Order: sequence, then C-alpha cells, then structure tokens
Amino acid sequence: MLDLLRSYLGSTLTPGQANNQLWALIYVLIIFAGVSVAVMTMNWVERKALAHFQVRLGPMRVGPHGLLQPIADAIKLLIKEDIIPSEADKFVFWIAPLIGLLASFTVYTVVPFGPSQAVSDMNIGILFMLGVSSLAVLGVVMAGWASNSHYPLIGALRSSAQMVSYEVAMGLAVVSAILMTSLHGLGLYGVSKFGDGTGTLSMIGIVQAQQEQHVWFLFKFFPLGFMAFGIFAIAMIAETNRAPFDLPEAESELTAGYHTEYSGLRWSLFMLAEYAAMIAVSSIAVTLWLGGWMRPFPNWLSGSAWDLVFSLFAGLTFVALAVIAFVGVVRMPRHSYFRVQTIGLAGFGLLLALIGILLLGIVIGAKVSHHDILNRTTEGMTNVYWFLFKVAVFMYLYIWYRATWPRYRFDQLMRVGWKVMLPVSLGVLIVTAIVGVILG
Amino acid sequence: MTPVATPFFFYLLSGLAIAGGLLVITRRNAIHSALALIVTLLAIAGLYLMLYAPFVAGVQIIVYAGGIMVLFLFVIMLVSLERTAKERQFNRMWPVGLLAGCSLLALFMSVYAKGKGLFVERGPQLPESENTQQIGIMLYGEAGRMGQYTFAFEIASLLLLVAILGAVIMAKKRI
Repeated sequence: MLDLLRSYLGSTLTPGQANNQLWALIYVLIIFAGVSVAVMTMNWVERKALAHFQVRLGPMRVGPHGLLQPIADAIKLLIKEDIIPSEADKFVFWIAPLIGLLASFTVYTVVPFGPSQAVSDMNIGILFMLGVSSLAVLGVVMAGWASNSHYPLIGALRSSAQMVSYEVAMGLAVVSAILMTSLHGLGLYGVSKFGDGTGTLSMIGIVQAQQEQHVWFLFKFFPLGFMAFGIFAIAMIAETNRAPFDLPEAESELTAGYHTEYSGLRWSLFMLAEYAAMIAVSSIAVTLWLGGWMRPFPNWLSGSAWDLVFSLFAGLTFVALAVIAFVGVVRMPRHSYFRVQTIGLAGFGLLLALIGILLLGIVIGAKVSHHDILNRTTEGMTNVYWFLFKVAVFMYLYIWYRATWPRYRFDQLMRVGWKVMLPVSLGVLIVTAIVGVILG
Repeated sequence: MTPVATPFFFYLLSGLAIAGGLLVITRRNAIHSALALIVTLLAIAGLYLMLYAPFVAGVQIIVYAGGIMVLFLFVIMLVSLERTAKERQFNRMWPVGLLAGCSLLALFMSVYAKGKGLFVERGPQLPESENTQQIGIMLYGEAGRMGQYTFAFEIASLLLLVAILGAVIMAKKRI
C-alpha cells in the first residue's frame, strides 16, 4: 500500500496516461466525493452569503450558524415522497435527471487540478468538455417535455434556446484561447517560444502553454485575452442557467421552470447537476485564461522563496478557517441549550486546524529534509490548492451576481446573445489571429 | 500502449447503435425516436474513438448529439404530436423506402463478402496524441504551404455560408 502510494506520488503522469486503472478509479472516487461535498458547501455558502447581502441571518437553526443545514436538506429530500405525475412520460421523466447528472460529472475526467492531478489528459480535452457539457441541455429538455405540463415545457424551451445560443459565443471565445496556445507573440511579460506554431486542445497542454509563454492567457495580447475571457464569463452563467440569466427557472413567471413537477430525490439530482456544472465551467475558465494550477504572480514574484510562501497558503487557509470557527465558539451564547453546538463547532475548528497543521507540516518538512516524495507532495498540493482557489473565486462571483443583478427579459437575453456577444467574440477571434501572425 | 479497442467494446457500441436505430423507426412517439437517435449518434462517436479518431468523436458529440439533436427536439416539441401519433400514415412512400433499404443492405453484404480486400492494408498510424494536430495540418497546411484538403475545406465552408444566407433570406421577409 505504502509502496503504491510512493510510486504514485513520484509519478509525473496522470493515471490515464500511465494506464493505471486503480489510481484512475481512486481519482474518480475522490473527484465524485469532492464535487458532492463542494456542492453541499456551496449550498450553505450561497444561502448564507445571499442572506448577508440582503441583511438577513440565513440558516441558523441546524447546527452552529446553520452548518449542518445542507445535511438536513439532503435527508429531507431523500425521505420525501417521490411523485411522478400520472400523465407524465414515465421513462423519460425517470431518465432526465440522470442524463443531466451524468453530463455534468463526466466532464471532470479531464479537469486538470495539477500537471499530473487529473483522471486523464485527452488530446481533445477542451472539445470533450464542451461536447459533454452540451449534452446537459438534453436532460433539461427531456425533463420539461416528460412532465407533460405547461410551465416545465416553456421552461425547457427557454432553457434550450438560451443554452444553444450562448454555446456559440462561448465556443468562439474558447477557440481564441486555444489559438493563443499556438502563437508565440508578445505577452504582457515578453516573448517566449512554444513549439512550432502548433497549438493544443489538451487541458493540461493549455496550462503548460501558459507556463512556457510566461503569461496567463487573460493578459495575453491585452485586451484581447481579457475580452475573450469576459465573453466566456458571461456565457458560462447563461449556460448554467444562473442569475441574471435564470430565465428557465424564473419563479415569478414559470413557478420553477423545467423541474416544476420533480420532487424529492430527483429534484435534488437536478440541483446537484446544476452546481456540478457550475464548478465544471468555472474550471474551464480557470484552465483557459487564469493559468490553471499556476500560483499567482509567477513572473513578478518568482524564485524559490516566493514558491515557499505561496505553498504555505493551503495550510494557512485551513488555519484561518479554524480561527474563524474558534471565534464562533467564543461568541456562542453561554447557555446549556447551546452546549452541544458549541462543542461541535469547537471540534470542527479543531479538525480544520489539524488539517492546516498537517499541510503546513508537509511544506516545512519538504523544505527541511529535501525528501523527494515530500517535495512532490508539496508541489501537487500547492497546484491543486491554487486551482481550487481560483474556482472558488468564480463560485463566489456566481453568488455575487445573483445578489446584485435583476433578471433579464427573454428577448433582451436573446438580443445580447446573438447581437452583442456573437459579433464581439468573432471579432476577438479574428483580431487575435491577425495580431498573432503579425507579432509571431 | 495497450489498445482500448477490444472486440467487447466494438460489439457493445455497434449493438447500441443498431438498437438505437431500430428504436428510431419503430417508436410512434417522435420524441422517443429522437432520443433513440441520440443514443445511436453517441455510440457512433464511441466507434470513432475506437478508430483512434478522438477529434472526429468530439465533433460528432458537439455537432450532432449536442447541437442538431437539441434543435430536433426543439422543433418536435413545438409541433403538436398528440394528433399525428394517432393518425394513420397517408403517404405511399414505403416501396421506395424498401428499395433504398434493400440496396443499402446489398451494399453492406457485398462489403462483408469481399472483406479485407476492399480496404487499404494499413493506413498511416498516427499516435493518438497528435491526431488533432494532424487533422489541422491536413486541413490548413503548415509553414505557408496549402494543406492536402485546404481547397475542399474552404469550398465546403462557402457552401455552408450560402446555406445560412438562404435560410436567413427565406425566414425574413424584409432585410
């Protein structure tokens, strides 16, 4: 077991490339569990943050500061009666949430959490991601149709129209980022050569191209990279049906959109798929424009001293969370009614602190002993941490948008998609190609 | 590299494709037919993957399963289906269909009978990791030279452009 662990930690390939099925399976399980936990956390954070945006407290009853609310919700949804409308198309109704879930979890196969921390590195990585996530719309359409009811059908039609039209602009923005992998050109930080002018579609390859060109594609050919990223950032919100583009679920017009007739477990599968898809598109954006697993300021603050500082962040985050938990313990009301909650929160803080100390210990141990395995673990941990950190920023932005902007009207949505985003993304693509040829 | 292209996967994917195809023509409900067609298209994408053509497989999923089929479903949902499902078929096209089907079957049978002789013994084997790049070079050429298929590719894209313009002109009365 230890040997296996050591041989893996020393490897520089992804399990898929090394053809190691055991590790691939373990990765899949880790990612599945991780995404599920992330969705639950996101659920809690979203409700709390939205509440604080609106000067409310949000969930406070189940667990300290409502920390156990997602678990309570999950249990409620699991034991709820499972209703299938009598006039519904049973089979399609049954399979629709599964298709959505399958599509949004399959894309994680190629998400590069680090140079070797991905299930596999496909030659067609980004194409695979876009293709499989475009299948998610099928789940929505099928759910809306199978419900045999007006609101779900209108919601599904809106949703498919919206997803299909924003996919175009999104795809063009992605193409301009892929184009940058093949162009040497002048980045913000100077010239670098990458290959012989051949680009790559592989997710790991795209990040490596940014590494070799010493520039995140966000800053390359300023402001072209910025514009492409902006288009993607808007289109990805429309793709995942989130506010301010949550027309398919506009509760003031359509009750709940395509999943109006769903309840209990099936409904929760839709929610799981939606949040998993949000994380997945955020990780596409991070991979293509924000340097994937690279730490911030790789050029400006370079050198091994800064590497050490940035690798400490993972442990420090957990320690900071632990401190917040302990502050919560101190501020808890001194009353016997709250005793269990206080002890629980203290235990949670202790757990976070232990994880933080463990991560810090690995980094310091690697620095002191220069042990090969420890060095590689530190590197992998830092890479994964910075990738997840950037994705987490996007997830917070999702909540922020939802709290800030009012919902679009459907004709406005279509007009923005076809008459603004599409021409702009086409223009950005053409100008990127011209600039690349001139500077290359 | 051990091949993933084991016979098991080939039979699984072909079986799925054939089953999906049968369902497409036997279901009364148009939505069910469309869903079965999606299964067939995805199985064919899997077959492309087995032929070490990941790019074609990806494009198959994006264009057919993700794009065209969604539009199909979209149209089917907007058309009233309750009536058409009950109506008897009134056109007399089945002899033509039978003829076309039979000739296609005959073609397949002859290919099956002739066997390997019809195909190039061994095409150039590209490593999977360069497949997409090779397609790019074939379509667009490299280092200033025209690719093998650049002209055909550009002509095809012009044809599509004409089709798009035609659709816009037909749909919009006043431009």
